[in-house]
Amino acid sequence: MLGYLVKRIGSMAVTLLVIITLTFFLMHSIPGSPFNEERATSEAVQKNLESYYHLDEPLYVQYFLYLKSVATFDFGPSIKKSSQTVNEMLGRGFPVSFELGMVTLIVAIFSGILLGIIAALRHNGFIDYLAMTVAVLGISVPNFVMATLLIQQLAVTWEILPVATWTSPKHMILPTLALATGPMAIIARLTRASMLEVLTQDYIRTAKAKGLSPVKIVFKHALKNALLPVVTILGSLAASILTGTFVIEKIFAIPGMGKYFVESINQRDYPVIMGTTIFYSTVLIIMLFLVDLAYGILDPRIKLHKKEGK
Amino acid sequence: MDKVLEVKDLHVSFKTYGGEVKAVRGVTFDLHKGETLAIVGESGCGKSVTSQSIMRLIPEPPGKFDGGAIIYKDNDLTKLKESEMRKIRGSDISMIFQDPMTSLNPTLTIGDQLTEGILQHMKLSSEQAKKVAIDMLDLVGIPSPHVRLKQYPHQFSGGMRQRIVIAMALVCQPEVLIADEPTTALDVTIQAQILELFRDIQKKTGVSIILITHDLGVVAQVADRIAVMYAGKIVETGTRREIFYNPQHPYTKGLLNSVPRLDVDGADLIPIGGTPPDLFSPPAGCPFTARCPYAMEVCDKMYPYKTKLTSSHGVDCWLQDERAQKLLATK
Ligand SMILES: Nc1ncnc2c1ncn2[C@@H]1O[C@H](COP(=O)(O)OP(=O)(O)OP(=O)(O)O)[C@@H](O)[C@H]1O
Ligand code: SF4
Ligand SMILES: [Mg+2]
Repeated sequence: MLGYLVKRIGSMAVTLLVIITLTFFLMHSIPGSPFNEERATSEAVQKNLESYYHLDEPLYVQYFLYLKSVATFDFGPSIKKSSQTVNEMLGRGFPVSFELGMVTLIVAIFSGILLGIIAALRHNGFIDYLAMTVAVLGISVPNFVMATLLIQQLAVTWEILPVATWTSPKHMILPTLALATGPMAIIARLTRASMLEVLTQDYIRTAKAKGLSPVKIVFKHALKNALLPVVTILGSLAASILTGTFVIEKIFAIPGMGKYFVESINQRDYPVIMGTTIFYSTVLIIMLFLVDLAYGILDPRIKLHKKEGK
Repeated sequence: MDKVLEVKDLHVSFKTYGGEVKAVRGVTFDLHKGETLAIVGESGCGKSVTSQSIMRLIPEPPGKFDGGAIIYKDNDLTKLKESEMRKIRGSDISMIFQDPMTSLNPTLTIGDQLTEGILQHMKLSSEQAKKVAIDMLDLVGIPSPHVRLKQYPHQFSGGMRQRIVIAMALVCQPEVLIADEPTTALDVTIQAQILELFRDIQKKTGVSIILITHDLGVVAQVADRIAVMYAGKIVETGTRREIFYNPQHPYTKGLLNSVPRLDVDGADLIPIGGTPPDLFSPPAGCPFTARCPYAMEVCDKMYPYKTKLTSSHGVDCWLQDERAQKLLATK
């Protein structure tokens, strides 16, 4: 197990390095620089600024300088908001984004699984059709449309929930709903399909032949097996929720990391682009790692320490 | 002989896209205390459906119970509520399925799968249940059971898994054990060991066994009585001796001729020609007519009455009808 962890963390570091390298060179290959806007700055000032941010050095020097500072977890100062460092921005935005992402993920997982189970148990019944129709809608309606609809109905027309911001649990309901609907629908459909498949397995018949109650059969014997495929897609769902947070944060004026990320790209604020990208990637890589661990725990046939290497 | 279980005129069908499959069409048999009754017959003749109907494990839909009675301890199991039936499953009547590779849950330890049945039916603490489970594993021949209890199914071989499945079925000391092709998926040596285990356990516990198989070699080794099934009906029943040495139904004779025998030198193996009838629209008469070398005009028109040859030997064939016997004699 320890060997597996070491190898796994090593490969995560390599992945991250590749991401940093690619982002760095891609970002610099886009024409333009943080300082060439319409606003006229004198040539001397521009030179000074560029030398301050090492932008006058050859690209490979900049790259290694950057790697050096990232290795010490220092993402440098922002170019556009010179009074702030990228670390400060992340420190302020991350907790909010993390909260939004996690609450969404938890809501999506639990309600999706529950919906999937109910639909499978009422297979081809009214509840099944209703749940799956809702799921198809949930998958096909993009989260920004969902957000607009929710705001229109629940906040503007009925006035039961606040329109925007992230200041109390009540404020969290609409953004979370808007962001969770898609992933929830995907989980519900997958759970249903996988549950239906598991319920026809021989070991379920064995469990019935023991005289176990339907509740025990579903929750003890079927669910764990039915969740295996669901766990495998959690990684990509986490990624889609993560990108979803940019949009949702913008719509609901939530002060998360998304704002910095989008602004920084528009403004060519190199350190902020790099910092947020690396940060998002790290979060995602860790999520994928956790998903693999969860899979190993759910399915005893998978030996984590043997999977790699051989 | 005490009867522990009586199946009377059982009818089961399945709704499919192609129409209604009449899988079991009036099956009647008794199971006596402490005996092994073998149900034999070609694939698709309704053996599994019969056995699963006894436990009421046929999924409805597509399955449908079309009539009959299953009497156990003065109760008709077909009339019990599902909750009452659950008390009987696994405790009074238990079942072993064909494939040991798929009949255990891959994500639960075998200890968990063994004790859950005990905890369901007996008033025992989980510690006591564990002890019972260990004793049972010991009985079916799993070495160092207290260690093995913590392992998962994939850590056992096929033969070991079938032993575990048997332990699981016996753990609440059932009166009736239904084994649906328990050795088909195993290789021959393991098969012999498992059959030996059945005999052993029956001696120790007095459990009555319904053994379902299409392997007459297995039947010869362990069965006390045999019921031969064909196209959803039982066409001949008798003791092992009666069926093997004095088979009367042409289908039974055909079955016996199609397996190699050590005691008859150089006898040719003659497979039964043709295929069983389509169960979507089963024939009104004897379903064996199309394949039977002795078929008569009446066979196609009307299903034969049951003829009792001895108190234990019965056969459904027009050849056994008094009138038919005479006809043959005059020819
Ligand atoms: N779930 C089902 N849906 C539709 N038809 C079924 C179903 N289960 C069984 N049948 C039909 O019932 C008939 C009897 O099947 P059964 O499984 O009892 O045969 P069997 O004697 O056990 O054969 P085998 O030796 O192959 O196990 C077959 O014709 C089969 O097609
Ligand atoms: S009833 Fe007729 S067809 Fe059927 S087995 Fe007897 S002789 Fe053959
Ligand atoms: Mg079968």
